[in-house]
Amino acid sequence: MFSYTIKRVLSLVPVLLGLSLIVFFMIRAIPGDPAQIILGQLATKEAVEELTKQLGLDQPWYIQYFTYLGGLLTGDLGESIKTKTAISQEIWPYLAATIELSFCAIVIAIVIGVNAGIISAWYQNSWFDYIAMVLALIGVSMPIFWLGLMEQWVFAINLDWLPTSGREEVRNPVTSITNIYMIDTLLQGRMDQFWDVVKHLILPAFALATIPMAIIARITRSSMLEVMRSDFIRTARAKGLRMFWVVYKHSLKNAIIPVLTIIGLQTGLLLGGAILTETIFSWPGMGRYIYDAINARDYPVIQSGILIIAFIFVMINLVVDLLYAAIDPRIKYN
Amino acid sequence: MKKRGILFLVFALLLSLALVGCSGNSSTGGTKEEEDKDTGTEEGTKETEEAAGNNTLVFGRGGDSTSLDPAVTTEGEAFKVTVNLFETLINFGEQDTEIEAGLATEWKTSEDGLKHTLKLREGVKFHDGTDFNAEAVVYNFDRWKAGNAEQFYYYNSQFGDKIESVVAVDEYTVEFNLNKPIAPFFKNLAMSPFGIASPAAIEKHGDKFIENPVGTGPFVFKEWKRNDRITIEKFADYWQEGLPKLDQVIFRSIPENSARLNALASGEVDLIDGVNFSDVATIEGNPDLQVFERPTLNVAYLGLTNTRGPLQDKLVRQALNHAVDKKALIDAFYAGAADPAINPMPPVVAGYNDAVEDYPYDPEKAKELLKEAGYENGFEMELWAMPVPRPYMPDGQKVAEALQANFEAIGVKAEIVSYEWGTYLEKANNGEADSFLLGWTGDNGDADNFLYVLLDEDAIGSNNYTYYKNPEVHELLLKAQASSDQAEREELYKQAQVIIKDDAPWIPLVHSRPILAGKAGISNFKPHPTGSDLLSNVELK
Repeated sequence: MFSYTIKRVLSLVPVLLGLSLIVFFMIRAIPGDPAQIILGQLATKEAVEELTKQLGLDQPWYIQYFTYLGGLLTGDLGESIKTKTAISQEIWPYLAATIELSFCAIVIAIVIGVNAGIISAWYQNSWFDYIAMVLALIGVSMPIFWLGLMEQWVFAINLDWLPTSGREEVRNPVTSITNIYMIDTLLQGRMDQFWDVVKHLILPAFALATIPMAIIARITRSSMLEVMRSDFIRTARAKGLRMFWVVYKHSLKNAIIPVLTIIGLQTGLLLGGAILTETIFSWPGMGRYIYDAINARDYPVIQSGILIIAFIFVMINLVVDLLYAAIDPRIKYN
Repeated sequence: MKKRGILFLVFALLLSLALVGCSGNSSTGGTKEEEDKDTGTEEGTKETEEAAGNNTLVFGRGGDSTSLDPAVTTEGEAFKVTVNLFETLINFGEQDTEIEAGLATEWKTSEDGLKHTLKLREGVKFHDGTDFNAEAVVYNFDRWKAGNAEQFYYYNSQFGDKIESVVAVDEYTVEFNLNKPIAPFFKNLAMSPFGIASPAAIEKHGDKFIENPVGTGPFVFKEWKRNDRITIEKFADYWQEGLPKLDQVIFRSIPENSARLNALASGEVDLIDGVNFSDVATIEGNPDLQVFERPTLNVAYLGLTNTRGPLQDKLVRQALNHAVDKKALIDAFYAGAADPAINPMPPVVAGYNDAVEDYPYDPEKAKELLKEAGYENGFEMELWAMPVPRPYMPDGQKVAEALQANFEAIGVKAEIVSYEWGTYLEKANNGEADSFLLGWTGDNGDADNFLYVLLDEDAIGSNNYTYYKNPEVHELLLKAQASSDQAEREELYKQAQVIIKDDAPWIPLVHSRPILAGKAGISNFKPHPTGSDLLSNVELK
């Protein structure tokens, strides 16, 4: 297991190098001279030349790439053109907002999705199974924009239970320490604010959780069905074990691998794909950070933003891979 | 045993979720004294709202600021905040663009229009406690002059090299020496980008002044959480007694129009702009809310790139003008809160030519013109739809579809095309679009700010996206720019409008009255035509 972990981590090196190379070229494939675009149409020729030099764009591409790579290794993500601030400095609040939201969403998706899948498999062809699977189908095909506005309309305007948007009540703002507000409010012992933060999280987290939840439910169900037909399950039932333990212990353990895979992939997607949810619920996260950067042609931000999300995606999948081995001893890596 | 781990994890997550719910409720018994101050129950938000003072106004808007230093930006969203932090030497009227005393109380201009002398208001302090005086004014103008065109866009476009020097005559008198007259000189001074900043603060913060603004305005900057909100609070030493009436204003960015209205309806924000025209009826039906109309200072148009295909022919452009049913557009997409546009600038702008008549909506006439131009069987072109809503263009896609149908009726097949906004502007600016939707909101209410900026040949490459070029118009516009006789200027602009109408570089569509909405308890809110609203008189009940 240990050597496998090492091997797996080492194999990330070429992946990450490739990643940086792709992002590097992707940005450079965009037509137009970055220096000209940065300075705008009215810029003088001298100004453009000066900036070209300053950005190192007059160097051959491999020098540019290695300079860029060297910067990355020392934690230098470049400087935003729009805000003139180091990206490594300004990115954290956005990343923290996205992590908080994605974490809640994936927890909701797992708790509801996995359980719905299990129960559907357990009571296959029951009314619960039918309803759950129809809901899952609707969930997968749900337009998030519409869902978000509907949530706001029902739970915020009509029922007045939850707020429509943002991370907190701005008239009573949270003092940020880590920028993950659930943690910040707890650290400060502000239970009133903690509850406020949770209330702000519920609607966007559910909107964001909808699609992964539906996918997880369907995968869990089919994987469970397969396992529950196995001989060892029949044996377990024959020896008189309670059905609950048969399902939640013996079957789930064997059915969890594909579910875990899909959870890993979905978590990664949530990080980058939350742009619609972030827009509707005005959540100041990574999706909008990158989207605004695209609109403003803020190339360093686009580049570093994509890179960070891709990096997290790779890391999550590493964790999932390692979890396989931890959960299922039959999986041996040599 | 290990294998049970995942099971426990699932349960732990379930449990923790349940606990989250409970703890929020149960811990309010008050284990700590601090908690008692803010009653943190389920109704916590509502109650703290009141506890934090009714005197906080939350303003919901579509985007975040790009800078808090008005001098270095061109973004309308930025000025919405800075107009409350900085003051200009000259002010606009409450709801128009007439000039009034600002930080300058009196002004006079020499005969030749080359020297303006301004008497400054005494006893004004910057937020950092330093004094506002002639030296400060000179410092600001020197700063803008020394910077390059990219950095101080508005200074360069409005004053540029025409300001020779700015001199402090005495503590409270400044003299502007020009080498060429600038007709809208005082209107320019009233523009948000020329808010006077504290020299001491500029020295202190340098590059970071864009996030540490210090002016003389009614509000002081407090906090900026990018992409989320900007908080400003009352300036205790403000020179106008009794103002501002609010203690605090929070500008929140809520990008989606419907979501912003939802936030207003649920009470999270008090005032919003960028209301969909289609939502006006709903808001009017809600007794807790009210609608505000911003006086128009904009124009929405379909640009007909004068250098492309059949559009090079004036007759074709006139034909397309005849084909558009503006009234139907206004009814369908602006809920009536717009007027058909005839000239490239709205009627409130001095120099507007009332005598110019619009091309009437007449498909038959349009067909005749096409025939005359040799396009009896019509032609094909691209019609670019704006991908983002703007106050003058609530829904680019739908307006484009309506225009497409109008053109279809005269045999012109228009294919609707759209790009992401940055690309859209860049490509249109390169002259790659046949016809494209766009608009403009005036900066200072002067005719020059519409006609010269949008249609002069000098503006090709910046805001003249249609590549329209007419030497006669060019001459008129330059002459008007240099003249200091207002009556003469207006006459020149009127002539220019006649020629432009005939050349038909655009189809001017509408002048809209952008809609804002707020809680019923808001009073004295007067939306300004420029889009930057001064909030010092606003009260919230």
